[in-house]
Amino acid sequence: MSQTANTPLVRDQAKVMNRFDLISRMVKKLHRDEAVIGGIGYSNFDLWAAGRRPQNFYMLGSMGLAAPIALGVAIAQPERKTIALEGDGSILMQVGALATIAARKQKNLIVVILDNGAYQITGGQVAATGLGADIVAMARGAGIGQSMWAADESHFDELIDRALAEDGPWLIGCRIDTSKPVDTTERDPAQIRDRFMRGLGVKK
Amino acid sequence: MTTDTDPQRAEALRPWHEIVRDALKANDVRLITFVPDNVLRPLIEAVQADPFFTVFSTTREEEAVGIVSGAWMAGMRGIVLMQTSGFATLANVLASLAVPFQIPVMMMVSERGTLGEFNIGQALVARTMRPVLDCLAIEHHTLSRLDEVEFIVDRSIRQAVATQAPVTFILSPLLTGGKVFQK
Ligand SMILES: Cc1ncc(C[n+]2csc(CCOP(=O)(O)OP(=O)(O)O)c2C)c(N)n1
Repeated sequence: MSQTANTPLVRDQAKVMNRFDLISRMVKKLHRDEAVIGGIGYSNFDLWAAGRRPQNFYMLGSMGLAAPIALGVAIAQPERKTIALEGDGSILMQVGALATIAARKQKNLIVVILDNGAYQITGGQVAATGLGADIVAMARGAGIGQSMWAADESHFDELIDRALAEDGPWLIGCRIDTSKPVDTTERDPAQIRDRFMRGLGVKK
Repeated sequence: MTTDTDPQRAEALRPWHEIVRDALKANDVRLITFVPDNVLRPLIEAVQADPFFTVFSTTREEEAVGIVSGAWMAGMRGIVLMQTSGFATLANVLASLAVPFQIPVMMMVSERGTLGEFNIGQALVARTMRPVLDCLAIEHHTLSRLDEVEFIVDRSIRQAVATQAPVTFILSPLLTGGKVFQK
């Protein structure tokens, strides 16, 4: 637990990991029908590749809205842990959402940021994160006290365990490489929404 | 002769924001997200005063639409309150989330830009609102008469839910008095 103690890591100290590996590790830990919102860019592609769950929602646009959508789910179902899986470019576009989440003190919400320092899906153009912006520090500044970088894979596992067990809101920053995603999400929005609502027990 | 104790007349004397609040409540619309506007102030205060509602501001209107969309999919109905300039930021989220995913996002827009507008920016941006709603085939109604508010809001919420489609209520200055230039 040394990395989560009083001297949190900065972005430069975090290991560069792999998106699909991290998402697979996270999904394996979901035993209580936790909801997961996969943002645009490659985040939702590897969520799709990590195994179909009816509690997954895959975005097809609306850049930056994974965390707000997850916040809405978390408000409506306060007993269910809800995870937003968002790219660095995307969260930069809707960075005010971090302040809203902090102000709501939403206990059952976890934001996981997959930071490759770039807008990868559109051609790998460098993002502000690749030039020094630190999303975890920004989240802390917005008031999400439990914001930290995952130092490496085992630390990521540890942070996810804690975030699933203890009150949030949490923000977990992960530096990732620029590997291609493993699969491509099926783009059928009405079906994605219908499955998700059944997965959350809203439709029978 | 009608008197103020006549129920119909008493209903007619209620301000628009109380009628809206009660129609939201009657239709179990519990979540209210907003970016503030002066004309919306009495409605925001009315829902904030009632513990039935969960009410909070967001940093952008898009974010507010994302939140009520998530809440709807998880079983809670919600509405976004904003002014015309805020609606102008929503074309992308409506076209990529609410409409294709068939999510009945409810929106209430305080109409600036007309009937005595003093800010040219508001007057220009207001002209984008109805064309955007029309080209996305989103149901919208302009509320201009007190006696129609209850019927329009109640029926349109039911329709939005039944048809899984967004709906927009535009609050005309004819109803609210709008925002007037003061020196
Ligand atoms: C409002 C808006 N602007 C631009 C785009 C184009 N676009 C799609 S994905 C994307 C990059 C997303 O970057 P990030 O969240 O870092 O994910 P990554 O591609 O790196 O996985 C951009 C710019 C868009 N879809 N919507």
